[in-house]
Amino acid sequence: MVGLVVVSHSAKAAEGIVEVAAEMGGDTAIEAAGGDDGEIGTDADRISDGLAAADDGDGVVVLVDLGSAVMNAEVAIEMHDGQAIIADAPVLEGAVNAAVAATDPKASLDSVVEQAEAAADISKV
Amino acid sequence: MSGDADAVVAAVRAVADRIESERSHLTDLDSAIGDADHGGNMARGWAEAADAVADLDDPDAQTAVKTAGKTVLSEVGGAAGPLYGGSLVFASPELEGGITPETAVAFAETYLEKVKDRGDANVGDQTMVDALTPAVHTFKKSIETDDLPPLEALAKAVAAAEIGVQFTVPIRASKGRASYLGWRSVGHQDPGATSTLYIMEELLETAADQFDSEVPDVDATSPTIPDAEAAEN
Repeated sequence: MVGLVVVSHSAKAAEGIVEVAAEMGGDTAIEAAGGDDGEIGTDADRISDGLAAADDGDGVVVLVDLGSAVMNAEVAIEMHDGQAIIADAPVLEGAVNAAVAATDPKASLDSVVEQAEAAADISKV
Repeated sequence: MSGDADAVVAAVRAVADRIESERSHLTDLDSAIGDADHGGNMARGWAEAADAVADLDDPDAQTAVKTAGKTVLSEVGGAAGPLYGGSLVFASPELEGGITPETAVAFAETYLEKVKDRGDANVGDQTMVDALTPAVHTFKKSIETDDLPPLEALAKAVAAAEIGVQFTVPIRASKGRASYLGWRSVGHQDPGATSTLYIMEELLETAADQFDSEVPDVDATSPTIPDAEAAEN
């Protein structure tokens, strides 16, 4: 099953987004990788640990917030022993969409990324 | 340990000491346009890197550079970890055959490409790329076209980086945290370009020690010897 990692500058934000997505995502493995040693920031090692925990062999979709989240996610993916893709999506809405998409029995890494990225088009009002 | 690896170990220690002594200056630059963590993060990361390379058992130059990069990557965090540390790791295989003028040029070019690619930044974005690009171009030309001695080539590269740092002052940031400030970023010296210059200055000092020589007095914009000869002929 495709897993998810949520990367945010804030550990609380990452955990909160995981909480929201998990409610919709059934058995989907969703890992929070927020903050940098207890401070605001992102950390490649922490994201690496998240990738390892979320990957059961079917790959991982990574949701990111701003700036260095993308860079550290890229570095972590380069070091990861498996497949992982950064979704170009809003972090919370993308995580919810991806968590739901991953529960589809026919889900693939690409289909989950696609659903995460579709969240960019969600109209709110 | 090879002489090249000795030089890397000495260089990483020199960089760590320099960043530590510039810590508050870097943080002041960063607090004007960013999140005021550049000095502290970099000082911590490079100090750890200096210890990590000193602890290696008989490394070659490539392994020493890779170890320094990995340590900076995990200890510095933020965007600086991937940019300074990740790029060192990525470029380290260029030094597989040891450090020669040719492998140093290849290493510098690969490092610059990775920084630009990772940060999605180009010259003129008010980032470290503004210091690195003139430095790497000048180094490459000095070695490959002008056939200058390596120490002189490196000295010209450092002088070029200095011009690049000055160039970050009057331009507007379009990458990194400072870009959120828009026009308010104009007039500020980029902390990443500044710390990149410090790193290069320490590489030059270490290289001069290795050659048991003084740091050559050069001007980045002075005409090069072969070009001057060609003009006369």
